[in-house]
Amino acid sequence: MSDKLSILIVDDEQVVRDSLVHWFTEEGYEVDSADNASDALSKLASRELDLVIADIRMPGMDGIELLEKIRSEQLDTSVIIMTGYASVETAVRALKHGAFDYITKPFDPDDLSVVVRNAMEQHRLRLENRMLRQQLADNSQCLGELIGQSDAMHHVREQIETVAGVDSTVLIEGESGTGKELVARAVHRLSPRRYNPMVVVHCGALTETLIESELFGHEKGAFTGAQYRKKGKFEAAMGGTVFLDEIADISLKTQTDLLRVLQEREIVRVGGTQPIHVDFRVIAATNRNLADLVKEGRFRSDLYYRLNVFTIHLPPLRDRHGDVPLLATYFLDKYSRQMSRKFTGFDRAAMDTLIAHNWPGNVRELENIVERAVVVGHEPLVRSHDLAVARPASGPEDLSIDTLERRHIVRVLDDFAWNQTQAAKALGIDRVTLYHKIRRYGLKPPAKAAKV
Amino acid sequence: MGSNNSPILVPIGDFPRDLLERLSKRTDMRIGDKFVDLAPAWNSARRQYDSACLLAELKRIYAGVVIGAAAVDLFVPVLSFVFGEADMPGRAAIFSIHRLREEFYGLPRNAALLESRAIRELWHEYGHTRGLAHCEDWQCVMSSSHSVAQVDAKSDRFCLECSAKLDALGG
Repeated sequence: MSDKLSILIVDDEQVVRDSLVHWFTEEGYEVDSADNASDALSKLASRELDLVIADIRMPGMDGIELLEKIRSEQLDTSVIIMTGYASVETAVRALKHGAFDYITKPFDPDDLSVVVRNAMEQHRLRLENRMLRQQLADNSQCLGELIGQSDAMHHVREQIETVAGVDSTVLIEGESGTGKELVARAVHRLSPRRYNPMVVVHCGALTETLIESELFGHEKGAFTGAQYRKKGKFEAAMGGTVFLDEIADISLKTQTDLLRVLQEREIVRVGGTQPIHVDFRVIAATNRNLADLVKEGRFRSDLYYRLNVFTIHLPPLRDRHGDVPLLATYFLDKYSRQMSRKFTGFDRAAMDTLIAHNWPGNVRELENIVERAVVVGHEPLVRSHDLAVARPASGPEDLSIDTLERRHIVRVLDDFAWNQTQAAKALGIDRVTLYHKIRRYGLKPPAKAAKV
Repeated sequence: MGSNNSPILVPIGDFPRDLLERLSKRTDMRIGDKFVDLAPAWNSARRQYDSACLLAELKRIYAGVVIGAAAVDLFVPVLSFVFGEADMPGRAAIFSIHRLREEFYGLPRNAALLESRAIRELWHEYGHTRGLAHCEDWQCVMSSSHSVAQVDAKSDRFCLECSAKLDALGG
């Protein structure tokens, strides 16, 4: 992408186009011209332009209609309208339709310079504002939530730091709820592309037609309902990162299209014919084993190898139980702040419940449970009955007798404040048997309260 | 400068001879003596001269690099006036002292100020012929100027970056 700001001159008079192209080239801008509005629109379709300076009177589509088209298609381009004679009515029309300004021919060079400089400044501020908003969104949910002191999470963070600086494609593997999008955001935020957007495509949620349009954009009328031309995510990334979540869910046809984009760095909008150069980095994520899908013939091997340049495996929460207290406390603080509650921690029983749970829904499940506890609980401590730790209807939860027994014993002990005699009685076993079970499962009596 | 490849400085219209000679001396550019006809460039509606037309005429008459020094008011179709114009890069440029004179603004004549403005515009248009675009350094002679105040604000020298670009281009 060129560093120079770009201007498109649209005027049916060649002498005007030539003069302005010459003048703006001397001024250091990158200048292109079009002799009619349709030509201008096709130039705008093929590349980003910062500013359009269009004559109001042109055969066919006039300058105001061109301005309307640019606005309706939500192109990120400022427009200045040129008029042959000063008229308040014309000026009002242009400004009402979203022109940045209007100028009357012949222009005073100083006036033209000031108007263009102001338009460029507004354009720059708009882009900067968008990028800052994106960064803010990234910051609030990026590295901050990649929490954990386990070796597995240390390794994940090391991998993020290693791969962020290089422009390789990254594949993130992990069960649902392990934080794959957080890892993608962290990679993006630490990468040289961080000042450009990161766009997210949830592939699993989209039908084949929708995903094509989502990824590559579409031209007006490309399909029923395509009333306007729309940019795809690869174009919207504008030199940033495209995060393809649940990549395993895309069809073989979309896999082929995606492979072509990754190889050629060009897209063609649905219903379009013109290839558009795109600059992006891809981070893909999946909760399935792509290598198995390749063996089964359900995922293209060439796409798999292109995505699988650098793989980050996110461990399920049940494999890093030690991180549960840290994560739970983090979410408790976060939601207490958000909801203006004054929780200071979990009581011991609550924390034991959290540690004992198998977390089939991983970190997301933990977050939801803590959020709910902040809503229903009584300050200052979250208690075990505030935690809606449910057994899922299905899923990979450990349903062994041992696990169930352990959980049941913890619950009964909690109910009797760890009075082992009463608990044993309630459980229908003698106290010595309970004592052996407590040792076997490594259960420990709670402190008064635990803020971890 | 001063070699056979250096630009030729060509008076157009009633350009003061003494100023032309001083500019020639300061820039080491030779003075051309072939007559440039102003008539085809005249626009009676605007009462100005079309600078593109004069550039074409200069290129027709002279084979090498040529810079026209005009005393008349210049315009391009979309602008109300220009101080000068150049092929960028190319072998022809033109500048005018019409709006560099204090008298144009109703002020007393000031020959020294006119010369200091003229030398800036001359170097500026020459820079364009060598391929230099406008420079963001406000002191550089290649900085953009659309008013005499801006012409006065800059120096008559190329900044280090523009000088380096000229050196890289050779000459």
